[in-house]
Amino acid sequence: MSPEVGGPPRGPGEGDVVGDEAVPPAGAVSERARVVSAEPVGAYARLVLAAPGAAASARPGQFAACSTGDTGMLLRRSFSISSADPAAGELVLVVAAAGPGTARIAALRAGDELPVLAPLGRPFALPPAGEGVVLVGGGYGAAPLAWLGAALRARGSAVDLVVGAGDSCRLLAQDTPAGTPSAPVDRVHVATEDGSAGVRGRVTDVLAGLLAEPAAGRRHVFACGPMAMLRAVHEVAAAAGAATQLATEESMACGIGVCMTCVLPVVGEDGATRMVRACTEGPVFAGDRLRWDAIGAPAPQRPAGVGARVPADAVGAPSPVPPAGGDAVQPGSVAGPATGARS
Amino acid sequence: MAVDLAGAPLRSPVMTASGCAAAGRELDAFTDVAALGAVVTKSVMLAPRSGRPTPRMAETPAGMLNSIGLQGGGVDALVEHDLPWLAERGATAVVSVAGGDPEEFAEVARRVVGAPGVAALEVNISCPNVANRGLVFACDPASSAAVLGAVRAAVGDDVVLLAKLSPDVTDLVGIARACLEAGASGLTAINTLLGVDVDVRTMRPRLAVTTGGLSGPAIRPVAVRCVWQLRAAMLAGLLPQAPVVGTGGVASGADALQLLLAGASAVQVGTAVFADPTTPGRVAEELAAMLAERSFASVAEAVGYAHRP
Repeated sequence: MSPEVGGPPRGPGEGDVVGDEAVPPAGAVSERARVVSAEPVGAYARLVLAAPGAAASARPGQFAACSTGDTGMLLRRSFSISSADPAAGELVLVVAAAGPGTARIAALRAGDELPVLAPLGRPFALPPAGEGVVLVGGGYGAAPLAWLGAALRARGSAVDLVVGAGDSCRLLAQDTPAGTPSAPVDRVHVATEDGSAGVRGRVTDVLAGLLAEPAAGRRHVFACGPMAMLRAVHEVAAAAGAATQLATEESMACGIGVCMTCVLPVVGEDGATRMVRACTEGPVFAGDRLRWDAIGAPAPQRPAGVGARVPADAVGAPSPVPPAGGDAVQPGSVAGPATGARS
Repeated sequence: MAVDLAGAPLRSPVMTASGCAAAGRELDAFTDVAALGAVVTKSVMLAPRSGRPTPRMAETPAGMLNSIGLQGGGVDALVEHDLPWLAERGATAVVSVAGGDPEEFAEVARRVVGAPGVAALEVNISCPNVANRGLVFACDPASSAAVLGAVRAAVGDDVVLLAKLSPDVTDLVGIARACLEAGASGLTAINTLLGVDVDVRTMRPRLAVTTGGLSGPAIRPVAVRCVWQLRAAMLAGLLPQAPVVGTGGVASGADALQLLLAGASAVQVGTAVFADPTTPGRVAEELAAMLAERSFASVAEAVGYAHRP
């Protein structure tokens, strides 16, 4: 897979069977990064890492899987790469401490070591040169957007950056330089739900206004943030005729495509829905390929908004008809109904 | 470090574990899959399979629960795309086969046999995430024997068959005996343990389908116990002599050595791959050094050494 930006957006599962498509980007490496600097940014920690192998090929939208050290937790924590400087051999990550694993990483200090696997996943695909783009970031999801904006502006796109959060502490990238020839974006728009910075409201309110401006030529919306925000962004953009690329944040164990925990229901080039790996075929997906009817759908014993069900028409989905031959589920089975997945 | 596994020659006793390395391709960027004893491919069924809803993973102390549900492209895609890649890469494959009934196991096995580079089949009678999980074959001697018998009849006498056992049973040795008498050439111990994790914030199970398989360092002592029990039963004449492949929580050469000393002829690295995809190669290096430090001239000399009088 080429990590090169600027090609056409790549749909997931292009004509290939599940399990045969995406492998880690050719540039992915495992290395022991050294923390060059660590500083708080609002509610988050901004880490600059000496990670020359990973920095060499990282693109906006890709992520880094980071070890939690000796916390006793096994799995890495993945963060969107905020920026990469191949010449300096540095990667920047913005870390939100959400639990003991991420708290450990957020507490790293200059000189500490951090094993990283990076860059992982597919980056944003840059649109044709000159087409206007709106970037939308929720909370720390805004981390890679200034970097992405710079890549877009270098190709002649006009770039609006919309950042939002519940309150001003959880904003990120609101101070991104804007408007000058060397700035990464043309304009920055800020929204907070409590009104503590920018306009009171949500990023989608701002986005709807931008897309409604006549003749502004904003044909693309790129967004990073929680799934509920991505859904709302996609709905607003689709209603205005703009295409979306959405960087998802699925829970994952491996980050390299072997564990199959991070799957999302996605429509492929062939029109078929498959459960595809967010780590290798994402994390950036075209919004019109995601099966929004199945993502966050309520299910028995599961709160709405969490996870995704398998659409009944997905490739290999359980048949609603029990298998012939009568392998009925046993009374007392802990797992619920038989799904009759043969056929 | 070469080992002979019921007639299957492996260049190393360290393999990947089924479901933890896909079909090897993704891992190859981080660990040399051709240097491993084998890549054990993710359990494959006859037809493409979507797997289960998400969340499919919950991290637990020193481990994790998974409820993937054997997602995959089906056996024909494996034979057409993945096994040729492994063979061309010079890697040895052990293909894990699964099914909803003995006939499906047999048909999957039939389609795999003869593919280049396949050293053995591992018969996954113990996946806790198949649809009819009230009927995990490996929880019942007769069901286990039915599957192994059907697969043996389908593949003929010359194919090495490993029966993958569940630790969630009351009579592990009895089930192992049923598998060996029905045609298994060896045993793999262990599959995951069934578990549940409840999120105290939402006060709901964290997995979409409630239950999942527990893996990782948390289960290593269970794996060592099961391997020990099987070896002890063989030494006592209660179980036919057959090689045992140890798996469960292996993340270091010391973990692998424990399993060898308890009676495993080879080991598999599973969940540790998720944490660090370079682990299989590192485990092999560490194991080689530890065997040398202890003056074992071969892997075989260390197998079961902890049972010495």
